[in-house]
Amino acid sequence: MYYIDPHIHMVSRVTDDYETLAKMGCVAVSEPAFWAGFDRGSVDGFRDYFRQLTEFETKRAGWYGIQHYTWLCINAKEAENVSLSREVIAMIPEFLDKPGVLGIGEIGLNKNTKNEATIFLEHLDLAAKTDELILIHTPHLEDKYQGTRMILDMLNGDRRLEHHRVLVDHVEEHTIRAVLDDGYWAGMTLYPTSKCTPERAVDMVEMYGPERLMVNSAGDWGPSKPTAVPDFILAMRLRGHPESLIRRVVYENPVKFFSQSRNFDFTPPETYEAVG
Amino acid sequence: MSIPLDAAEVLNREFLDIRARLLHLAASLDRLDRAEGVVSDDPRLAKIRAGLEILGGDEAERAERIQLLFSRPYDANWVKSLGVERRGER
Repeated sequence: MYYIDPHIHMVSRVTDDYETLAKMGCVAVSEPAFWAGFDRGSVDGFRDYFRQLTEFETKRAGWYGIQHYTWLCINAKEAENVSLSREVIAMIPEFLDKPGVLGIGEIGLNKNTKNEATIFLEHLDLAAKTDELILIHTPHLEDKYQGTRMILDMLNGDRRLEHHRVLVDHVEEHTIRAVLDDGYWAGMTLYPTSKCTPERAVDMVEMYGPERLMVNSAGDWGPSKPTAVPDFILAMRLRGHPESLIRRVVYENPVKFFSQSRNFDFTPPETYEAVG
Repeated sequence: MSIPLDAAEVLNREFLDIRARLLHLAASLDRLDRAEGVVSDDPRLAKIRAGLEILGGDEAERAERIQLLFSRPYDANWVKSLGVERRGER
């Protein structure tokens, strides 16, 4: 089955992972900007990172026939440096018209601090002014519930934002309902320890239905599994769900959400099969 | 949306997995007992006990309730308590 991983940090993965993803049916990935494992020291560090995301990763994915899309921001962990964050936010528009840039992300909260909330709001302001889609990171473990509620408070408080143009990621059992009820898209992240398992993601599809729901691996430099979406596909099949439902969650939903971006120039695999 | 499998099929498929996870939990708690030192006042232990009560009960949505048990509570007045200045149109 063809699928799209809507949240994966390929700059942290080796080229062999692209090959593996392609063999497993992955036809496109979207890569949000995130924390490199250390705090970057200057706006030029981010400019170089955004060049890597918009230039080299696109090329590297293309070697295996995978279409690469990306999102730009300064992540919540580095938002404690407010002055640097503001420099980065001011620089982001240099890249917003580059091919494959889908919007602002992954913005969000980490420890739910004042500075994180301040920079999150300033990212929202940029997205509203530039008419960009938004991809949101929600905190981990004990901070997730409070952080997700704070994020929804800030989103709902800005009437410029259209809810169907926002994806709230890393939802779990205690946060998914509020995200979907408020009209946002929700992403379930399959992560070995801190987020969700394929089986629990299937449970949430069964409980809430496939509308505005996606699943991703968030594969990065930490313990993570870039092939987690195929694990979800298998778990859905073993549970007896039809292929049409699985395809909707792992392929049609990402295409529908991303198609709201002017830079989503997607070639469906059926098209290049015909050409080939 | 419902589960395509009926309850008997779910139990057949998951029984050994549930059994193994219960053993994993039991062995972890035994390990705590055997280890030197005292953690009986550690609030994490109280959370674990409360979690086990949720698992043993008949009420539905156990996963959501376990998640909430291990979550910080939501402070509806966070904007004021953090002193965040709201920007953007409201």
